[in-house]
Amino acid sequence: MTDTPLIVTTDLTKTYPMGLSTIAALAGVNLSFEKGEFAGLVGPSGSGKTTLLNIIGSLDAPSSGSASVMGHRIESLTHKEAARLRNRHIGFIFQTFNLLPVYTVYENVEFALLLLGLPPAERRRKVMAALEWVHLADRAKSKPAQLSGGQSQRVAIARAIVKEPDIILADEPTANLDAENSHNILQTMAGLNAELQTTFIFATHDFKVMQYLRRTIMLVDGLVDADQWADSRPGAGGSGGRP
Amino acid sequence: MIIPKLALKNVLGAGLRTWLNVFVLSLSFVLIIFSQGLLHGMNKQAEEAMIASEIGGGQYQHPAYDAYDPLTLKDGHGPVPAALAARADAGAAAPVLVIQGTIYPQGRLIAVQVKGIDPAQTILNIPTAFLAAPRGGDEIPVLIGERMADLSGLRAGDTVTLQWRDAHGTFDARDAVVVQVMKTSVQSVDRGQVWVPLDRLRELAGMPGEASFVVLAQGGARPGDADAAGWRFRGQDDFLADIRAMVESKSVGSSIFYAILLALAMLAIFDTQVLAIFHRRREMGTMMALGFTRAKIIGLFTLEGLLNGVLAALVAAAYGIPLLSWIARTGWALPGDTDSYGFAIGERLFPSYSVGLVAGTTLLVLLATAVVSFLPTRRIARLRPTDALRGRMT
Repeated sequence: MTDTPLIVTTDLTKTYPMGLSTIAALAGVNLSFEKGEFAGLVGPSGSGKTTLLNIIGSLDAPSSGSASVMGHRIESLTHKEAARLRNRHIGFIFQTFNLLPVYTVYENVEFALLLLGLPPAERRRKVMAALEWVHLADRAKSKPAQLSGGQSQRVAIARAIVKEPDIILADEPTANLDAENSHNILQTMAGLNAELQTTFIFATHDFKVMQYLRRTIMLVDGLVDADQWADSRPGAGGSGGRP
Repeated sequence: MIIPKLALKNVLGAGLRTWLNVFVLSLSFVLIIFSQGLLHGMNKQAEEAMIASEIGGGQYQHPAYDAYDPLTLKDGHGPVPAALAARADAGAAAPVLVIQGTIYPQGRLIAVQVKGIDPAQTILNIPTAFLAAPRGGDEIPVLIGERMADLSGLRAGDTVTLQWRDAHGTFDARDAVVVQVMKTSVQSVDRGQVWVPLDRLRELAGMPGEASFVVLAQGGARPGDADAAGWRFRGQDDFLADIRAMVESKSVGSSIFYAILLALAMLAIFDTQVLAIFHRRREMGTMMALGFTRAKIIGLFTLEGLLNGVLAALVAAAYGIPLLSWIARTGWALPGDTDSYGFAIGERLFPSYSVGLVAGTTLLVLLATAVVSFLPTRRIARLRPTDALRGRMT
């Protein structure tokens, strides 16, 4: 662990217009995440989990407050700077896998490396290493339509880890999977976290995922309601919970 | 090079959707080139026929002669200048004498231009050799075209009374026999005209050594104006200006056809792009999450549209080149009333495809494809990554 947190949010709010009024998805969130955390945002639907994940992932900007990711202030990033941050430092895993249908498994994983300017030989080495990690090297030439849900999510994980990002954001990664596949996926991600020290942040309300989390942040109505560590606390925790 | 590779992969990966678009666009390519080729062919054919049968390498005309004004025929003739006569003697020019006349076929009266020409000439593509065939009696051998034959009801071997006015203003008449009815696509050497041997006409009209104009052989250098003794030179461009203007006016109609074909093809591309952007929002969101900028995604989708055009050009070449080459060889049969077009285009039209036509059409279609591919992709610039990932439009 380092002294400087990887991610810091300060009085983070996000509001959306709803007719004549506005609705607050985030109502002043103060959190920090250290490198190597395996943390989860949990809470009921509409509590702000995905919104917080999107802002940390620079896919969205806060309405007020601040979010700093690896020293970059999300609220002041241009579209290009945000794209560069995502490309180099952040991997995403989605509930619906979001694999590109016309590409093979290999090409889907390679897609994440295309903008990094790596030579083809190195790209190939990294892609095959990522596929080995998720035990799908033998399906490299398959198309997404030929894969099961669990296999598809493992491809999505390989795509997220192939560029060895500092942070992986996973939004309901097991929602479309059965129990066995969910545990396989989670074990894979826990192994990656342990080996590569990649920071994982989940948005979930799946109990299977919660069993694996070392830190669980409960969000309710856009505020941090609880911030709990499963065992020994490895770094700075959160604040700004409900009074 | 990433974007072009991805675009090609996406286009080929889209399967049937791509190939339907490509086929429709390729049809437009082929039809546009075919229609323009027909127009070019018509123009080329008409010009070649007029040059071969009427214009030659240009004409020296008597200063008072105007082919479009019959009233000038009375005075529009004179002794052939020595330099031009020498050329005619050498077989490099063909003097033509034109006088006003009248024929009386089956009791009817038809005003004609009587044109005298050397039967041995080879400058113009007119079968004047028939005028040289030895005949008994004093009848004047005349050569007429099919249109003139239809108008007068005359056939080869028929005899008709020919009346003319000589150099002194005296009317004279004699029997003439139709030695041949010639088939020609050039109306201006056929309709309202009878061709007779030059020496005979000079003798009958009392105009020895005279002509109204002298047709030069193609490719030869024209004599200096000083040697032409005031005779006015009219080159091929002068004669063809009218027909070119006529083709130009007909090309307006062709351009409308061209525009409709192009618009249909572009509509197909535009629809495809709009649908692609609508259906592939989640894919765009994934690309954004992976670090693609909006500009790169716009570039990717625009290039995908453009690649449809490139593939269409290749497919069009695959079946269009053999098809259009075959039509260019065998020609396109025209209906019987093509004379009403005012063109010398014959019974079959042979399309002509120039490199400029094919390259220009290809570039225009590709440019139009690029524009209509780009227009819908501008919506991507307004697309928020979070909305795209949820499959929503912003």
